[in-house]
Amino acid sequence: MIALCSSSVATLCLLAVMGPLRMWYAVPIIVSVSLVYAATRHEAMGSILVHAARFALWIVVFMAIVFAGLQAMSWLQ
Amino acid sequence: MAKQLPTTESHVVVVAEPGEPEIDLKDPRLAAFLAWLVPGLGHVYQGRTGKGVLFFVCIVGTFLYGVYLGDGRVVYASTPSILTRWQYFFQLGVGLPATPALVQRERALDVPPKPPLISDNFMRPPATRGDFRSRDAAGQEVVHPDELAKWNHDLADMFEMGTVYTIVAGLLNLLVICDAFGGPLVIFPPVDKKKRPDQGDTKAEKPS
Repeated sequence: MIALCSSSVATLCLLAVMGPLRMWYAVPIIVSVSLVYAATRHEAMGSILVHAARFALWIVVFMAIVFAGLQAMSWLQ
Repeated sequence: MAKQLPTTESHVVVVAEPGEPEIDLKDPRLAAFLAWLVPGLGHVYQGRTGKGVLFFVCIVGTFLYGVYLGDGRVVYASTPSILTRWQYFFQLGVGLPATPALVQRERALDVPPKPPLISDNFMRPPATRGDFRSRDAAGQEVVHPDELAKWNHDLADMFEMGTVYTIVAGLLNLLVICDAFGGPLVIFPPVDKKKRPDQGDTKAEKPS
Protein backbone atom coordinates (compact mmCIF):
# COMPACT_ATOMS: atom_id res chain seq x y z
CA MET A 1 0.00 0.00 0.00
CA ILE A 2 2.83 2.34 0.92
CA ALA A 3 4.62 1.43 -2.29
CA LEU A 4 1.45 2.12 -4.28
CA CYS A 5 0.94 5.52 -2.64
CA SER A 6 4.55 6.53 -2.94
CA SER A 7 4.76 5.54 -6.58
CA SER A 8 1.53 7.46 -7.25
CA VAL A 9 2.99 10.52 -5.60
CA ALA A 10 6.21 10.02 -7.54
CA THR A 11 4.26 9.78 -10.79
CA LEU A 12 2.33 12.94 -10.00
CA CYS A 13 5.58 14.72 -9.15
CA LEU A 14 7.06 13.52 -12.42
CA LEU A 15 3.99 14.78 -14.28
CA ALA A 16 4.24 18.09 -12.46
CA VAL A 17 7.82 18.48 -13.61
CA MET A 18 7.61 17.21 -17.18
CA GLY A 19 3.85 17.48 -17.68
CA PRO A 20 3.69 21.14 -18.65
CA LEU A 21 5.71 20.35 -21.74
CA ARG A 22 3.05 18.08 -23.19
CA MET A 23 -0.07 18.09 -21.04
CA TRP A 24 -0.78 21.76 -21.63
CA TYR A 25 -1.51 20.97 -25.26
CA ALA A 26 -4.66 19.23 -24.05
CA VAL A 27 -6.15 22.38 -22.52
CA PRO A 28 -7.10 24.30 -25.70
CA ILE A 29 -8.62 21.23 -27.28
CA ILE A 30 -10.62 20.33 -24.14
CA VAL A 31 -12.00 23.88 -23.98
CA SER A 32 -12.84 23.91 -27.68
CA VAL A 33 -14.45 20.46 -27.75
CA SER A 34 -16.52 21.03 -24.60
CA LEU A 35 -17.79 24.42 -25.77
CA VAL A 36 -18.75 23.21 -29.26
CA TYR A 37 -20.32 20.01 -27.97
CA ALA A 38 -22.36 21.89 -25.36
CA ALA A 39 -23.43 24.51 -27.90
CA THR A 40 -24.85 21.81 -30.17
CA ARG A 41 -27.15 20.71 -27.35
CA HIS A 42 -28.47 24.03 -26.04
CA GLU A 43 -29.49 27.39 -27.40
CA ALA A 44 -29.19 29.66 -24.36
CA MET A 45 -25.63 30.80 -23.60
CA GLY A 46 -26.00 30.12 -19.86
CA SER A 47 -26.98 26.50 -20.45
CA ILE A 48 -24.10 26.13 -22.93
CA LEU A 49 -21.49 27.34 -20.44
CA VAL A 50 -22.81 25.13 -17.61
CA HIS A 51 -22.89 22.06 -19.87
CA ALA A 52 -19.43 22.89 -21.23
CA ALA A 53 -17.95 23.13 -17.72
CA ARG A 54 -19.48 19.79 -16.75
CA PHE A 55 -18.32 18.15 -19.97
CA ALA A 56 -14.77 19.51 -19.61
CA LEU A 57 -14.62 18.10 -16.08
CA TRP A 58 -15.89 14.77 -17.40
CA ILE A 59 -13.14 14.70 -20.06
CA VAL A 60 -10.44 15.46 -17.47
CA VAL A 61 -11.74 12.73 -15.15
CA PHE A 62 -11.91 10.28 -18.06
CA MET A 63 -8.32 11.09 -19.03
CA ALA A 64 -7.23 10.67 -15.42
CA ILE A 65 -8.92 7.26 -15.26
CA VAL A 66 -7.22 6.15 -18.49
CA PHE A 67 -3.90 7.46 -17.16
CA ALA A 68 -4.39 5.58 -13.90
CA GLY A 69 -5.24 2.41 -15.81
CA LEU A 70 -2.14 2.68 -17.97
CA GLN A 71 -0.02 3.43 -14.92
CA ALA A 72 -1.43 0.41 -13.10
CA MET A 73 -0.65 -1.80 -16.10
CA SER A 74 2.91 -0.48 -16.18
CA TRP A 75 3.30 -1.50 -12.53
CA LEU A 76 2.05 -5.00 -13.33
CA GLN A 77 4.64 -5.52 -16.04
CA MET B 1 -33.19 16.53 -32.64
CA ALA B 2 -35.08 19.56 -31.48
CA LYS B 3 -38.88 19.51 -31.53
CA GLN B 4 -40.27 20.92 -34.76
CA LEU B 5 -43.01 23.52 -34.52
CA PRO B 6 -45.56 24.53 -37.19
CA THR B 7 -43.54 26.12 -39.95
CA THR B 8 -44.08 28.54 -42.78
CA GLU B 9 -43.50 27.62 -46.43
CA SER B 10 -39.77 28.30 -46.49
CA HIS B 11 -38.84 28.47 -42.78
CA VAL B 12 -38.43 25.66 -40.28
CA VAL B 13 -38.95 26.60 -36.64
CA VAL B 14 -37.83 24.36 -33.78
CA VAL B 15 -37.51 24.57 -30.02
CA ALA B 16 -34.69 22.76 -28.21
CA GLU B 17 -36.01 22.57 -24.66
CA PRO B 18 -38.88 24.07 -22.70
CA GLY B 19 -37.85 27.53 -21.58
CA GLU B 20 -35.30 27.99 -24.36
CA PRO B 21 -35.99 30.34 -27.28
CA GLU B 22 -37.61 29.17 -30.50
CA ILE B 23 -35.16 28.83 -33.38
CA ASP B 24 -35.92 29.89 -36.94
CA LEU B 25 -33.76 27.58 -39.04
CA LYS B 26 -34.81 29.41 -42.25
CA ASP B 27 -33.55 27.19 -45.10
CA PRO B 28 -31.79 24.33 -43.23
CA ARG B 29 -29.94 23.05 -46.31
CA LEU B 30 -28.47 26.42 -47.12
CA ALA B 31 -27.60 26.90 -43.44
CA ALA B 32 -25.83 23.52 -43.37
CA PHE B 33 -23.84 24.39 -46.50
CA LEU B 34 -22.84 27.78 -45.07
CA ALA B 35 -21.88 26.07 -41.79
CA TRP B 36 -19.54 23.78 -43.71
CA LEU B 37 -18.14 26.64 -45.81
CA VAL B 38 -17.19 28.79 -42.82
CA PRO B 39 -17.76 27.40 -39.30
CA GLY B 40 -20.53 29.44 -37.66
CA LEU B 41 -21.70 31.17 -40.84
CA GLY B 42 -24.82 29.01 -41.04
CA HIS B 43 -25.82 30.11 -37.55
CA VAL B 44 -25.20 33.76 -38.37
CA TYR B 45 -27.48 33.31 -41.41
CA GLN B 46 -30.16 31.92 -39.09
CA GLY B 47 -29.79 34.87 -36.74
CA ARG B 48 -28.08 32.76 -34.04
CA THR B 49 -25.14 35.14 -33.96
CA GLY B 50 -23.82 34.28 -30.49
CA LYS B 51 -23.49 30.60 -31.30
CA GLY B 52 -22.09 31.43 -34.73
CA VAL B 53 -19.29 33.49 -33.21
CA LEU B 54 -18.63 30.79 -30.60
CA PHE B 55 -18.34 28.10 -33.27
CA PHE B 56 -16.14 30.25 -35.48
CA VAL B 57 -13.72 31.14 -32.70
CA CYS B 58 -13.50 27.58 -31.32
CA ILE B 59 -13.24 25.68 -34.61
CA VAL B 60 -11.17 28.07 -36.70
CA GLY B 61 -9.00 28.77 -33.65
CA THR B 62 -8.39 25.04 -33.13
CA PHE B 63 -7.67 24.55 -36.82
CA LEU B 64 -5.23 27.46 -37.06
CA TYR B 65 -3.47 26.44 -33.86
CA GLY B 66 -3.00 22.97 -35.35
CA VAL B 67 -1.61 24.48 -38.55
CA TYR B 68 0.73 26.63 -36.45
CA LEU B 69 1.95 23.64 -34.40
CA GLY B 70 2.61 21.69 -37.59
CA ASP B 71 4.39 24.62 -39.23
CA GLY B 72 1.77 24.74 -42.00
CA ARG B 73 2.62 21.23 -43.19
CA VAL B 74 -0.03 19.08 -41.52
CA VAL B 75 -2.92 20.03 -43.83
CA TYR B 76 -2.26 18.76 -47.34
CA ALA B 77 -3.89 16.65 -50.02
CA SER B 78 -1.42 13.94 -50.99
CA THR B 79 -0.14 13.08 -54.44
CA PRO B 80 -0.41 11.07 -56.63
CA SER B 81 -3.34 9.45 -54.77
CA ILE B 82 -5.38 11.79 -52.61
CA LEU B 83 -6.41 8.81 -50.45
CA THR B 84 -2.91 8.40 -49.00
CA ARG B 85 -3.41 11.31 -46.64
CA TRP B 86 -6.77 10.13 -45.24
CA GLN B 87 -6.57 12.68 -42.45
CA TYR B 88 -7.26 15.41 -45.00
CA PHE B 89 -10.86 14.25 -45.46
CA PHE B 90 -11.54 15.00 -41.79
CA GLN B 91 -9.62 18.28 -41.97
CA LEU B 92 -11.78 19.25 -44.93
CA GLY B 93 -14.72 19.32 -42.50
CA VAL B 94 -13.79 22.90 -41.59
CA GLY B 95 -14.60 23.98 -45.15
CA LEU B 96 -12.86 26.92 -46.81
CA PRO B 97 -9.87 27.09 -44.41
CA ALA B 98 -8.76 23.63 -45.62
CA THR B 99 -9.50 24.02 -49.34
CA PRO B 100 -6.19 25.73 -50.34
CA ALA B 101 -4.65 22.26 -49.98
CA LEU B 102 -6.64 21.14 -53.04
CA VAL B 103 -5.26 24.06 -55.07
CA GLN B 104 -1.74 23.24 -53.89
CA ARG B 105 -2.24 19.62 -54.91
CA GLU B 106 -3.36 20.61 -58.41
CA ARG B 107 -0.35 22.91 -58.78
CA ALA B 108 1.99 20.13 -57.66
CA LEU B 109 0.44 17.70 -60.17
CA ASP B 110 0.81 20.09 -63.12
CA VAL B 111 3.47 19.25 -65.72
CA PRO B 112 5.83 20.91 -65.08
CA PRO B 113 4.82 21.49 -61.42
CA LYS B 114 3.87 25.06 -60.57
CA PRO B 115 5.44 26.73 -57.55
CA PRO B 116 3.31 26.57 -54.36
CA LEU B 117 0.95 29.41 -53.51
CA ILE B 118 1.81 32.02 -50.85
CA SER B 119 4.76 30.18 -49.29
CA ASP B 120 6.62 26.89 -49.34
CA ASN B 121 5.00 25.58 -46.15
CA PHE B 122 1.38 26.50 -46.87
CA MET B 123 -0.64 23.27 -47.26
CA ARG B 124 1.70 21.95 -49.95
CA PRO B 125 1.91 18.18 -50.49
CA PRO B 126 5.32 16.66 -49.72
CA ALA B 127 7.62 15.91 -52.63
CA THR B 128 8.41 12.28 -53.30
CA ARG B 129 11.60 12.83 -55.31
CA GLY B 130 14.64 14.83 -54.36
CA ASP B 131 17.45 15.01 -51.87
CA PHE B 132 16.10 15.47 -48.35
CA ARG B 133 18.55 15.97 -45.52
CA SER B 134 18.40 17.46 -42.05
CA ARG B 135 20.40 17.37 -38.85
CA ASP B 136 19.41 15.59 -35.65
CA ALA B 137 19.87 16.85 -32.09
CA ALA B 138 23.46 15.60 -32.01
CA GLY B 139 24.33 17.49 -35.18
CA GLN B 140 24.54 14.37 -37.32
CA GLU B 141 23.24 14.59 -40.86
CA VAL B 142 20.13 12.50 -41.54
CA VAL B 143 19.16 11.45 -45.05
CA HIS B 144 15.42 10.96 -45.59
CA PRO B 145 13.74 8.79 -48.23
CA ASP B 146 11.14 11.44 -49.00
CA GLU B 147 10.00 14.88 -47.85
CA LEU B 148 7.27 13.54 -45.59
CA ALA B 149 9.88 11.63 -43.59
CA LYS B 150 11.89 14.86 -43.31
CA TRP B 151 8.85 16.76 -42.00
CA ASN B 152 8.17 14.03 -39.44
CA HIS B 153 11.78 14.12 -38.34
CA ASP B 154 12.08 17.91 -38.16
CA LEU B 155 8.73 18.59 -36.49
CA ALA B 156 8.85 15.47 -34.28
CA ASP B 157 5.66 15.11 -32.20
CA MET B 158 4.34 18.51 -33.28
CA PHE B 159 3.49 16.98 -36.65
CA GLU B 160 1.11 14.55 -34.95
CA MET B 161 -0.14 17.21 -32.53
CA GLY B 162 -0.98 19.58 -35.36
CA THR B 163 -2.66 16.78 -37.28
CA VAL B 164 -4.82 15.90 -34.28
CA TYR B 165 -5.83 19.52 -33.74
CA THR B 166 -6.84 20.04 -37.36
CA ILE B 167 -8.74 16.72 -37.51
CA VAL B 168 -10.64 17.53 -34.32
CA ALA B 169 -11.56 20.93 -35.76
CA GLY B 170 -12.97 19.26 -38.88
CA LEU B 171 -14.94 16.71 -36.86
CA LEU B 172 -16.34 19.40 -34.57
CA ASN B 173 -17.65 21.25 -37.59
CA LEU B 174 -19.70 18.18 -38.53
CA LEU B 175 -21.58 18.63 -35.24
CA VAL B 176 -22.05 22.30 -36.08
CA ILE B 177 -23.43 21.43 -39.53
CA CYS B 178 -25.99 19.11 -37.90
CA ASP B 179 -26.92 21.87 -35.44
CA ALA B 180 -27.44 24.33 -38.29
CA PHE B 181 -29.57 21.80 -40.20
CA GLY B 182 -31.81 20.50 -37.42
CA GLY B 183 -31.31 22.60 -34.32
CA PRO B 184 -29.81 21.49 -31.00
CA LEU B 185 -29.69 17.75 -30.40
CA VAL B 186 -31.42 17.01 -27.11
CA ILE B 187 -30.54 13.50 -26.00
CA PHE B 188 -32.10 13.62 -22.55
CA PRO B 189 -35.09 15.98 -22.50
CA PRO B 190 -35.58 17.48 -19.03
CA VAL B 191 -38.14 15.50 -17.02
CA ASP B 192 -40.84 17.56 -15.38
CA LYS B 193 -40.88 16.17 -11.84
CA LYS B 194 -44.03 18.02 -10.85
CA LYS B 195 -46.97 16.07 -12.19
CA ARG B 196 -49.71 18.02 -13.80
CA PRO B 197 -53.16 17.73 -12.18
CA ASP B 198 -54.66 16.00 -15.24
CA GLN B 199 -52.04 13.21 -15.13
CA GLY B 200 -52.92 11.89 -11.66
CA ASP B 201 -51.37 8.79 -10.06
CA THR B 202 -51.26 5.92 -12.54
CA LYS B 203 -51.01 3.28 -9.78
CA ALA B 204 -54.14 4.54 -8.12
CA GLU B 205 -56.08 4.32 -11.40
CA LYS B 206 -55.34 0.59 -11.81
CA PRO B 207 -58.20 -1.66 -10.72
CA SER B 208 -57.35 -3.61 -7.57
